[in-house]
Amino acid sequence: MRRELWKGNEAIAEAAIRAGCRFYFGYPITPQSEIPEYMAAHLPERGGVFPQAESEISAINMVYGAAGAGARVMTSSSSPGVSLKQEGISFIVGAELPAVIVNVMRSGPGLGGIQPAQGDYFQATRGGGNGDYHHLVLAPNSIQEAVDLMQLAFELADKYRNPVMILADGMIGQMMEPVEWKKAEITEARVYPEWATTGRGGRENHRIVNSLYIESEIMEAHVHHLFSKYKAMEENEVLYEESGIEDAEVVLVAYGVPARIADKAVELLKEEGIKAGLFRPITLWPYPKKRLNDIASLDHVKNFVVVELSMGQMLEDVQLSVNGKKPVHFHGRPGGAIPSPGEVKDAVKKFIGRES
Amino acid sequence: MKNEIIVSGFGGQGVLSIGKMIAEAGNIENLAVSWLPSYGPEMRGGTANCTVVVADSKIGSPLTDRPDILIALNRPSLDKYMPMVRPGGLMIVNQKHSEPTADFRDDIRVMVLDSSQIAMDLGNLIVANVVMFGAFVALSGVVSMDTARQVLKETFTGRKEKLLDLNFQALEAGANSVKETQGA
Amino acid sequence: MSKIVYTRSKGLTDVETHYCPGCTHGIIHKLVAETMVELDIVEDTIGVCPVGCSVFAYKYFACDMQEAAHGRAPAVATGIKRVHPDKPVFTYQGDGDLVSIGMGEIIHAAARGEKITVIFVNNAIYGMTGGQMAPTTLVGQKTTTSPFGRDAALTGNPIRMCEMIATLDGAAFVERVTVTDSKSLLRAKRAIKRAFELQQQNAGFTFVEVLSTCPTNWGINPRQALTWLNENMIPVYPLGNFKDVKVDKA
Repeated sequence: MRRELWKGNEAIAEAAIRAGCRFYFGYPITPQSEIPEYMAAHLPERGGVFPQAESEISAINMVYGAAGAGARVMTSSSSPGVSLKQEGISFIVGAELPAVIVNVMRSGPGLGGIQPAQGDYFQATRGGGNGDYHHLVLAPNSIQEAVDLMQLAFELADKYRNPVMILADGMIGQMMEPVEWKKAEITEARVYPEWATTGRGGRENHRIVNSLYIESEIMEAHVHHLFSKYKAMEENEVLYEESGIEDAEVVLVAYGVPARIADKAVELLKEEGIKAGLFRPITLWPYPKKRLNDIASLDHVKNFVVVELSMGQMLEDVQLSVNGKKPVHFHGRPGGAIPSPGEVKDAVKKFIGRES
Repeated sequence: MKNEIIVSGFGGQGVLSIGKMIAEAGNIENLAVSWLPSYGPEMRGGTANCTVVVADSKIGSPLTDRPDILIALNRPSLDKYMPMVRPGGLMIVNQKHSEPTADFRDDIRVMVLDSSQIAMDLGNLIVANVVMFGAFVALSGVVSMDTARQVLKETFTGRKEKLLDLNFQALEAGANSVKETQGA
Repeated sequence: MSKIVYTRSKGLTDVETHYCPGCTHGIIHKLVAETMVELDIVEDTIGVCPVGCSVFAYKYFACDMQEAAHGRAPAVATGIKRVHPDKPVFTYQGDGDLVSIGMGEIIHAAARGEKITVIFVNNAIYGMTGGQMAPTTLVGQKTTTSPFGRDAALTGNPIRMCEMIATLDGAAFVERVTVTDSKSLLRAKRAIKRAFELQQQNAGFTFVEVLSTCPTNWGINPRQALTWLNENMIPVYPLGNFKDVKVDKA
């Protein structure tokens, strides 16, 4: 079958529907408004529902309710809106509910700008709400990957009873690329999980969806339980892509669309005789620390250069992973600016002392 | 093969749709394509541009600061993007909104056509963007005319099918205007 | 031979509540529970409790329950109801939760005509956190954050939810009741039952405000609290039905 050209936001929405998501709750914000628009147009004909929420806060709490009621459910927003959702995300984690949250990042702080950015990395990977928690964070670098990761996101959310965030930049949302639909649409009715509040229906005990544990011994045990899940995620769910590492003297590290710009910069560096490689984390949490640490141990790798649309957030994870074994440099553009491949190439050359 | 293309003009001139037609054509020919619009608060009348990359292998950056091809529909676009075009590259300029005539670079191929007039001669200004698309196809050879016709066929379906003939004519007119110039 | 004249409602679990002596939450829980039993919907209903004194209500109601973030119960209930449109869904919220931090959620749930029942317990004070001023605190009423009495010039005036919600087209049933004596209690029961029935008929959003006491934080004994409610709250929050879309069937 011929690949179809899809705009990122619309492809993300379609991928969610194909993954069996029939409940979407959201609020308009640039640059992700095509997601609620697509859901409004297409969910009804696929047996789903999208009541537009009055705020991002309300939307994420509708997600909480629907997830607690057993549904496959998602919401989406962009940076300032995702800040508003943090309360709900913390509650969803605490109550151990599966849900997918898409953040099509724009620049900040504050209202910021609407151009692509990656300034929400800390918020996404450190747990942006209150309390001790993590959730999986998946960062696509193409529309095809965004589509593939949507399916995976719902599966992982169910597997761990934990929310999963798709962290995309504005370019993923607005760009159009060919998409191949690899998996058949899930159309069968969802089997509600055994913990969902569906009405007792003759069950002996009532079910409770809750994140409140007032006794500290019980709450401590609950947090340890959550962290046992995070440990399993760290062991089983790390995803990354790499190229040219085998003989690289400098390794560029980037995620999302900037990783493609870095990939192009690697090409330009090679044209100038500089052995460069690219490391692209796909899961930002759990971060591929171990592999990056192994790369740092390679004798021929002399330098790392992190490229981000921010002032350096993933940089800290790279530093933690490399753990002082090799110098880690940084080239970033905040505020919606996007570095060109040539600019990245020049920055790398400067860092490694190979300015011509 | 890789072509990095910037299409730029006023909002409402069909900038994004010219880009989409190129991307769709590339996709039909099974090439790798990406289409990235500028997006801003202005919905109509502001400046708009998009970057299209068509390649025979995986596309790295969907952005470019060294386009191989520039389609400039107005003077501000010409001023902004002409200096970026790769030497030996191609520039297609819409005459009507590009006056006073700019000093064109002599290290790139330049084609100036009055797509608005050609479209009006066909009876509808709205097809000016398809005229530009036709000129692009004929000049660049990135995709074939057959594929371009296929794109139009897939675009103008259902209630819009009655517009298909007009758009075919616009496509041919754009391509022919190139031949005339090249013949001269 | 002894005869059983009173038992705990089957709509409640066999768990001792944490409520203070003289608090009317227990009575209101019982009215909701009895309603579920009488309508035979304990096995179907999904309840949502708030942050506030009734934060542990999920332990007490025998139906399936969700605990919401502060003020968000109507949004949570919306999510549940959209997934299970054939199941009765209710929220149980206090005045801090519903009128203050959750004002946006409640108004929009009502405006959307969400087919849920909201039990709004108004005791004019924050109980759980220790007696702070609520949006429903009366002018002049002393609380720990209005120690000299609520000053309208500083913190505004009490908000009347029933009157506001009744203006919204999505609302099908809006009534304010209290539970200070057996007569008002029966009336409250009728309103709650009516709200659930209208929800089952998909009539729209249904809302019952119950004026309630907080002897602990009001600093008076339970009997005085009932009197205080009647004398001070009812003039500001008049009892009665504000909307019933199907009055002919009542």
